[in-house]
Amino acid sequence: MGETSILDRLSHSVPWDRVTAAEDRGRAVVQVPADLLLDVLSAARDTLALDTCVDVTAWDRLPKQPRFEVVYLLGKAGAAERLTVKVLAVGDPPRLPSATVVYPGAGFPEREVYDMYGVVFDGHPDLRRILMPDDWEGHPLRRDFSLSEEAVEFKGHIPKVPSQIIPYFPPGSPAGSGGKTPR
Amino acid sequence: MGPQHPSTHGVLRLVLELEGEVVLKCTPVMGYLHTGIEKEMETRTYHQNVTLVDRIEYLSNYNEEMAFYQSVERLFGLEPPPRARYIRILMSEMNRIASHLVYLGSAAMDLNVSSVFLYCLQDREKFLDLSEMVSGQRMMPGYFRVGGVAEDLPDGFMAAARAWLDEVARNVDEYDGLLTDNLIWRQRLDNVALLSREDAIALGGTGPVLRGSGVPHDVRKILPYGGYEEFEFDVAVETGCDAFARYRVRMEEMRQARRIALQALDRMPDGPVIVNDRKVALPPRAELARSMEAVIHQFKLVSEGMHPPAGETYVATESPRGEKGYFVVSDGSNKPVRVHVRAPSFYNLQTLPAMVEGRPLADIVVAIASIDIVLGDVDR
Repeated sequence: MGETSILDRLSHSVPWDRVTAAEDRGRAVVQVPADLLLDVLSAARDTLALDTCVDVTAWDRLPKQPRFEVVYLLGKAGAAERLTVKVLAVGDPPRLPSATVVYPGAGFPEREVYDMYGVVFDGHPDLRRILMPDDWEGHPLRRDFSLSEEAVEFKGHIPKVPSQIIPYFPPGSPAGSGGKTPR
Repeated sequence: MGPQHPSTHGVLRLVLELEGEVVLKCTPVMGYLHTGIEKEMETRTYHQNVTLVDRIEYLSNYNEEMAFYQSVERLFGLEPPPRARYIRILMSEMNRIASHLVYLGSAAMDLNVSSVFLYCLQDREKFLDLSEMVSGQRMMPGYFRVGGVAEDLPDGFMAAARAWLDEVARNVDEYDGLLTDNLIWRQRLDNVALLSREDAIALGGTGPVLRGSGVPHDVRKILPYGGYEEFEFDVAVETGCDAFARYRVRMEEMRQARRIALQALDRMPDGPVIVNDRKVALPPRAELARSMEAVIHQFKLVSEGMHPPAGETYVATESPRGEKGYFVVSDGSNKPVRVHVRAPSFYNLQTLPAMVEGRPLADIVVAIASIDIVLGDVDR
């Protein structure tokens, strides 16, 4: 398959002992340390000719540490080649170098990851919230951010906070523990 | 400009710096339609989530469901039976035609060609009737299931679909005749909203935006999913890089989508429409009266839902607007840990500043229409 050869070709241009490469359900995935991120992305662009950043996203690994894993999906316009680059963001706030220097298309999605998870991308030209209002507090897609009702200015309305709508159970807790929220 | 501007096709705000009539800088501001779908999906089972999925790209619900279930089925390692795959492709391609008809109508409407808008919506209305036949819903059908589709096609559907496809083919030719050589239409679209091939690739543009800039990139062709490798069709590409090229790409795509839909109708296989896996698909109603086992499976599926194996996956699909994919992380429980939607409109919107900067203000309306933006898809 073409996807395995992509990992082989990449292995010549990055310090291969510091990355973990795997084939997962048809996807070529490399797990890289944060300080190698830009090197791997540049290598992918220059030696593999992956010219487009298809997607950037993240997810919260709570309760594992470090919590936030950012996932870059790189592709080539007009071809089937795909490479997924995963990196763990460490620190508080979690920090990563911005991929916009290599892939300008990462501009909007990195803003979304910052908005939703609070991962700060150093070197991003315009790191602001993108979907949530500018004065919003917190980062809504974090797992410990409970779903709650926003206060509205209706007469006699008592907002249900924190979430009584859908209680949050930390992973591993006995189901039905009363829906205590960790915040 | 905006957020309450009719030509933004939703609620999109553009902060513009002008010098006279010329746009110096354009900054899109979105989020007005943000409904937290990705967060909500983490609190619902895989089956419940289809309700939310339908509401993301609300003009092409079948394509959207197709994308979501490709990822969930990849987690399970499931393959739907042939008839289900053909039904899915048939519905998705007819939906693609309906979605492009809305593009054509609203793009024409923005330029004051209101008769085309009425014609297009009339044709789309007939697709919505077909959708109602198969799923009971005009929009937000919730028709696909993990491992297949909910019900077999109803009696008379194949003939009705064929009649609609023939009618739409005639009508699309007519709209083509109305618009393509129309002097006013050409003057408003030719060399307007220019996006170079390099910019389109670098900024993550997909779908007709990328194909209108000369890149033959169609996920159905390069990374076939859901059975598309069994169908013959051509990828519509134009090298004009302007709004007119994107218009031509979509017109051609409607014809190609009809070609695929007709192949699906001609070769529609017989057999079951959903997998026979009781951990995923509900048992048939008749079995419930006789088999205790079936009742247990029914109860577990309805009350708890299905449990995909732990892992993460992403499957790319081609929605009418570009590459749509679901990044799904499962921890083995009945609810996803993370669902991320790779939204084509979100990335295509990123190309908007490159299209309009240094150009007259009036071109913005054409540029927004030419990327066929769906704000539900941008904001999720």
